[in-house]
Amino acid sequence: MKWNGWGYSDSRFLYNKKGQAEFTGKRYRLSGMIIPGLKDWMESTFGTSLQHKSSATVIPTINEAFVEEIKTTGIPFSSDAEDRVFRGHGHCLHEIFALREGKIGRVPDMVVWPSCHNDVVKIVELACKNNVCLIPFGGGTSVSSALECPPEETRSIVSLDTSQMLNESGYCTGHEPDSMEFSSLGGWVATRASGMKKNIYGNIEDLVIHIKMVTPRGVIEKSCQGPRMSTGPDIHHFILGSEGTLGVVTEVTMKIRPLPEYQKYGSVVFPNFEQGVACLREVAKRRCAPASIRLMDNEQFKFGHALKPQVSSIFTSFLDGLKTFYITKVIQRLRPQPLVCGHPVVRGDREKVLQHEKQVYDIAAKFGGLAAGEDNGQRGYMLTFVIAYLRDLGMDYYLIGESFETSVPWDRVLDVCRNVKARIIRECKDKGVQFPPLSTCRVTQTYDSGACVYFYFAFNYRGLSDPVHVYEQVEHAAREEILANGGSLSHHHGVGKLRKGWMRETVSDVGMGMLKSVKEYVDPSNIFGNRNLL
Amino acid sequence: MENKAAYSHRDPMLKKRDDFEDILEERRNSSDLRYALRCYTPVLYKNLIPCDASALKTMVLQSDQVHYVISQVSKETGRTAEDLQEEASGIVEEMAHRLQLSTVRFFAFALSKVFKTLFKSICVNEDGIQRLQQAIHEHPVVLLPSHRSYMDFLLMSLILYTYDLALPVIAAGMDFMGMKVVGEMLRMSGAFFLRRSFGGDKLYWAVFSEYVKTILKNGLAPVEFFLEGTRSRTSKSLTPKLGLLNIAMDPFLKGEVFDISLVPVSISYERILEETLYAREMLGVPKPKESTSGLFKARKILSEDYGSIHVYFGQPVSVRSLAEGRVNRCQFSLTPRHIPKRASEDVQTFVNEAAYSLVRAQEENMVLKPWVLLASILLQSEDLDRGIPLAELTEQALWLKDLCRQYGGFLHWPDQMTPSEVVSSSLTLHHGLVRVSEGKVHLALNKEAQAGPVTPEEQVLSRAVPVISCASYRNQALHVFVRPALLATAVHTAATNNKQEVYNTFSFLRNLFANEFILCPNATVQDFEEACFLLEKTGVVQLNEQEIIVTHRGHRTMGFLSRMLLPFIQGYQVVCAFLCEEASDVLTEKEFVPAVRTFLIKKLLAGTLRYPEVLSSDLQKNALAALLRLGAVRKVKRAEQTSLKVNKVTVNSLEDTLGGKLPTPRAAAARL
Repeated sequence: MKWNGWGYSDSRFLYNKKGQAEFTGKRYRLSGMIIPGLKDWMESTFGTSLQHKSSATVIPTINEAFVEEIKTTGIPFSSDAEDRVFRGHGHCLHEIFALREGKIGRVPDMVVWPSCHNDVVKIVELACKNNVCLIPFGGGTSVSSALECPPEETRSIVSLDTSQMLNESGYCTGHEPDSMEFSSLGGWVATRASGMKKNIYGNIEDLVIHIKMVTPRGVIEKSCQGPRMSTGPDIHHFILGSEGTLGVVTEVTMKIRPLPEYQKYGSVVFPNFEQGVACLREVAKRRCAPASIRLMDNEQFKFGHALKPQVSSIFTSFLDGLKTFYITKVIQRLRPQPLVCGHPVVRGDREKVLQHEKQVYDIAAKFGGLAAGEDNGQRGYMLTFVIAYLRDLGMDYYLIGESFETSVPWDRVLDVCRNVKARIIRECKDKGVQFPPLSTCRVTQTYDSGACVYFYFAFNYRGLSDPVHVYEQVEHAAREEILANGGSLSHHHGVGKLRKGWMRETVSDVGMGMLKSVKEYVDPSNIFGNRNLL
Repeated sequence: MENKAAYSHRDPMLKKRDDFEDILEERRNSSDLRYALRCYTPVLYKNLIPCDASALKTMVLQSDQVHYVISQVSKETGRTAEDLQEEASGIVEEMAHRLQLSTVRFFAFALSKVFKTLFKSICVNEDGIQRLQQAIHEHPVVLLPSHRSYMDFLLMSLILYTYDLALPVIAAGMDFMGMKVVGEMLRMSGAFFLRRSFGGDKLYWAVFSEYVKTILKNGLAPVEFFLEGTRSRTSKSLTPKLGLLNIAMDPFLKGEVFDISLVPVSISYERILEETLYAREMLGVPKPKESTSGLFKARKILSEDYGSIHVYFGQPVSVRSLAEGRVNRCQFSLTPRHIPKRASEDVQTFVNEAAYSLVRAQEENMVLKPWVLLASILLQSEDLDRGIPLAELTEQALWLKDLCRQYGGFLHWPDQMTPSEVVSSSLTLHHGLVRVSEGKVHLALNKEAQAGPVTPEEQVLSRAVPVISCASYRNQALHVFVRPALLATAVHTAATNNKQEVYNTFSFLRNLFANEFILCPNATVQDFEEACFLLEKTGVVQLNEQEIIVTHRGHRTMGFLSRMLLPFIQGYQVVCAFLCEEASDVLTEKEFVPAVRTFLIKKLLAGTLRYPEVLSSDLQKNALAALLRLGAVRKVKRAEQTSLKVNKVTVNSLEDTLGGKLPTPRAAAARL
């Protein structure tokens, strides 16, 4: 795993000697392939050029460690610099940017690797006894500054890594967040995660049957596994989304489902974004959403196209050319508006899948949607898994970017998309960004009453003295815009420290008081001191 | 007082304004027909979803808001939904514009001909046009012209057509509909018609607001309306009406568009077509009902020289930046946006203050002609009948010219001409109002002396006509002087140098005249500081922590400034006097103006009143509105009529305070 970038060490984008983009490694569909369109896309979208490459430096500075209380318990631990640095950050832009520059702030002073519930109980007890700050760590994929060590923390900070506590096989939980390869179950629970196939399987709160969490007060759990209970407010909801402020999730019982026998991707092109949203809303209303359905705007559609790998035979390349021609020229001629792509993924047994697929396409047709093949569909999903790798490539060439998300009622989806994208562009311009930024969105989840919208935002920072600060200002403005337009503070990324300034207005004073009093009761001396959320 | 530095950047001398271009010049040199038929391809809004006038009507009738209100009204009144739907489509039919390029071309042709005979030039700032074009491309645009004449909106459309800009749709009063042919012509040139009052008619409000919002949200055309609500008969800007502005800002506040650009437009006429019409109206001759034949008759009278028109397109104001930090837009998140709701207090305050700042933006770019200064000076002459020697008038005008420029007035003084040429050409243009005889300039007070028996009362009224016309020209410059003039009056009235006491009096006067002049709400301190800054900068006063001291050479300015407000002070005083002495318990609102007028005529005849200007019904109505606002007079609803209940003690003390007999009431003034 990389310590200053996303994902596996062997997988990354680079420009080869011929100046063509290539994705290394063997893990992904794109791995080992040449991606000819990427360079042009980067150059035309951001004005980057291969001549200008910024370099990443590697000089982590380390604060010397503290007490050795844990040794007696036999739980493995480490004060090795790399281990500690790796657990001192998530994947927010400013975190990665600082790492690449070799600027590392406060990191945990020690890492411990408990292997079971009892280990965690021991660690928490010792931490309470010695007044040590514990920060639970799952996969380290946080994008809310949740893993950042509070700089004002004077106690020793111990990172409690739970990632090795998981083993499962043979079934699927159906929970597939975009960070699935790296994130952990405990992390999903602690952040109220959402997976892209939630339409079939549900979000984490629907999947969880039973949770055990170790807190400074003791262990919290329910007494049975009934599928639903009327026993006052659901105590699971204190745990789900507590973001490591109350304790460590040690055991989770989840629903499992048989692996689907058949899965099919698809795509639909709509004449414009408005029609696409209307179609999604109709699909949601009829409750016939496939496992996953998402709608990209035109910029993201182009982005997806730039990631098309080089094809091996002349024939497929010819066919491909025809397809592109058909989509970009023929359809566009028929409808001069921008192209927008919806991607349904249908899962289940073959017959049902085909039937379901037809139903979705019929609805799409009513809104002017034209089927555009499985390929386009698959590519849409590929983007989700490689986008984080792509950011690392971008940073080599003065591009910085980030994604953020919100949930919003159906009647405001279009307004949020339009206004937030426009706000990003305006703020970049105001802040002196010299090239037009990438500001794009997709509607990525549908619910009965609304949708989750996901934004990508990136810009070329050449000529800016403090790009991260500019970046943060723009992101802040974008979030303000989301809230002003009736969007939520977060759909699934969580609050962490990045968004906690908005918590009070989000949940009201009383709501804040409720959460605080829970924290005060459960963890009076703030052992779980990552200072997220509140 | 420490934020004086914040004002220095607003030094009015440094105001930068664009240059003008005469659009009539080209019309005089090339074919009007070719101009009317030329290719017209305006820049449109970038996210425009094109839709014709009938599709627009359907969109409005099918909108969630109209459906919702129909079901509400149906529940309340028991009328069927179909019935109400019918009514709604009737309302849309009555209201909707039917903009047709051919009609605009016709107007372009006809108006060019008319304007060329009426006006010397129509000057437009082309930089403003450039800015407007860009604004139209970027965001939905609201055009907010000042309103001094019937000409205004035809003139606007003509200019936009000339510069190949998107033609606006214009909110017009229903009274135009009375003119059959013209009403329809206006409709086809982009006017849509609003009832003057629709009180509690929810359905009307819903249809009408949805109509305006639909046009804005889709960026179909710039929406144009008059912030002042009606033509200002006095050339003073009127207190802005908030209804339409509220509607226009709504799509932004509710996130339905990214931003909206508000463009204040200042239209200044060197000589107003309706000059005497307005004066007579304010003296009680009722305004003639708009009729087509009337308009043609009016055209005959118009074979005179009306000088030039200046149209200044101001800096587009982004509603988004206006609202930044002022309005919490999250407040609209919890209810569906199509359900009509009363605006919250912060939105109301925001819209109100925005409206004032927009009217001030209009005022700032109003072009003042030398005649405005001459009128101000003439009205201050010791004896209106005898007038002022020409040489003295010229000297004073030159002095006032400098003062006006120092205070930031947008004065168009032709510097290439000698002062006496400037003065005499102004006097010639306004020959109906002034006479020069025996080297003295005086108002044409006796020109109305017609044959037949004339009662002394009628004579008083007819003498007042030129005075009131003249005052309306002086009023054009009032916005430049009003703050320093209020301060000068306060210094004079308070009869002390103590800054706090002067401030108290200033605040009292400012509050009293809030219906008379454009004074932004909640800006007393800023206005006071602005006034102090201007007077200090021009060496009229010296300021220290506690005192305001008038310098030796400042007396002339102080005198001029306080004399400028005297007619208003006397007007308010005498209205107070009327209410104390004459008003019976059953005085109704309708009877108020005629009763005051009779009272005033008596006083004028007796020679106890100096300014015939107080006969202006506008002034009397404003005074009454102020008294109602201050609670000195209350409205009491009785059966059919509303009568006025006077609190004689309060009114009496107000009168005395205005006269400087009583110190300013403490309670009314905040600490500085």
